[in-house]
Amino acid sequence: MPVGDRAVIEVRGLNLVFQTADAPVHALKDIDLTVKAGDFISFIGPSGCGKTTFLRVIADLEQPTAGTITVNGVSPRQARLKRAYGYVFQAAGLYPWRSIAGNVRLPLEIMGYSRAECDERAARTLELVGLSGFEGKFPWQLSGGMQQRASIARALAFDADLLLMDEPFGALDEISRDHLNEQLLALWAKTGKTVCFVTHSIPEAVYLSTRIVVMSPRPGRVIDVIDSPLPAERPLDIRESPEFLEIAARVREGLRAGHSYDD
Amino acid sequence: MIARALPVATVIAAILVLWYLGAVILNAPWERDQAQRAGAEISTAQLIANTMAQTRPVLPAPHQVAVEIWNTTVLKKITSKRSLVFHGWITLSSTLLGFAIGTVMGILLAVGIVHDRAMEMSVMPWVVASQTIPILAIAPMIIVVLNAVGLSGLLPKALISAYLSFFPVVVGMVKGLTSPDALQLDLMRTYGASRRQALWKLRWPSSVPYLFTSMKVAVAASLVGAIVGELPTGAVAGLGARLLAGSYYGQTIQIWSALFAAAALAASLVALVGLANRIVLRRMGMAR
Repeated sequence: MPVGDRAVIEVRGLNLVFQTADAPVHALKDIDLTVKAGDFISFIGPSGCGKTTFLRVIADLEQPTAGTITVNGVSPRQARLKRAYGYVFQAAGLYPWRSIAGNVRLPLEIMGYSRAECDERAARTLELVGLSGFEGKFPWQLSGGMQQRASIARALAFDADLLLMDEPFGALDEISRDHLNEQLLALWAKTGKTVCFVTHSIPEAVYLSTRIVVMSPRPGRVIDVIDSPLPAERPLDIRESPEFLEIAARVREGLRAGHSYDD
Repeated sequence: MIARALPVATVIAAILVLWYLGAVILNAPWERDQAQRAGAEISTAQLIANTMAQTRPVLPAPHQVAVEIWNTTVLKKITSKRSLVFHGWITLSSTLLGFAIGTVMGILLAVGIVHDRAMEMSVMPWVVASQTIPILAIAPMIIVVLNAVGLSGLLPKALISAYLSFFPVVVGMVKGLTSPDALQLDLMRTYGASRRQALWKLRWPSSVPYLFTSMKVAVAASLVGAIVGELPTGAVAGLGARLLAGSYYGQTIQIWSALFAAAALAASLVALVGLANRIVLRRMGMAR
């Protein structure tokens, strides 16, 4: 998947300080980053490093206290109102009173698509994530992995070019996670979307990404950005190749360096 | 089935035994008094038999109440002023109207309170305060005031019912409408959903289980409101009127049968709401 030249996300000198009861928390410090169209970019770091907060800033769910950020050339708020991105949360968060197809239709209904188009898009995106035949089932009838796939379908349904994913597979077992990683790569190759992916798993980050952003906590900042030399075509056993292990080692080193002063 | 029926039957039997015992003990002094005045001796067996057959007992025996209920429901035409069904319907109609008004009012107030901080601060204290006033004190005021503006009959009673029933609905619905977690609200934000859309697509469906729970409390409170509302209206008709007339004339059997009718009515209303709850949740796909 060739990475284009158009910048989807531009971040310059971004800071975010949370005012809490006892002391201000510096969640993000001096972040500079450019995400290009078609990038699959992972944010990795220990908990508290601000990776989720950063994703939420892109999504206009948190407001930065300093610096600039543009999404598709406009402010995150304008981008959000233009429905520029689909967001996948750590939990599937499907509505229990809606069927699987009903859940995928939810954003479409809000955005005012016609009934026929809602049905057509729901069917199409559910097929994309391999959930055809489950349209009429309710969330509790599906496994955790299938629920998360449904939530990805929900984020894809309205064809946003940008997909923001916050540890979407964090709560799943290793086997389902491998399976979903493979499917996600295939999906990314098929749709050519730009993906921002938060994780704390090194193999997951290396396996999926074209670029890996290593972050460190207190204050949350970027300590390394690694361009992956891995080919676009990635079978699961690429994780045993020397190139893969080399990148993984570099990520681990970065994470350790970020942590060393802490002990 | 039998394992469950046995404890239930035991409890009912125990209540009946205690009730009969109470009837004998409480009604005995009057029987002894009567016997003494007549200068006659009364045997214990006769005494016990008499305590269960008085026309105005302190505590009527269960079978006396049962016979009275049978006589005033099945054996009376329902248009008769002495029919319990007739009085029950009068009370039921204002209960249902009051319940409907109270529920709608409760939902609207809760929607306002959830969406507007100023409304929460200004309305919620009054909602709570309204429930600290004894309904018995305010019911006659409502009847008198409404009568002065030309409203009488069903509506004033229904408003007293509504006064009692809106409260659990407000409290339950505020809880229900705010029950969606941060993730679900964030999801709505990422879609750029308006507050109205978030209300219809998320808050309202999330609050349905809460609505039914509070409606169960509200419907029982409504019935109490309707009965209390019948007391200051001159005891014309309704279960409340039967209770009041019964106490004027010392008709304890009539009082007890009206009480049982009210309890049965309340139980069936609560059961109906429970049934509606099950059907709605199943149709929403939330019941497993």
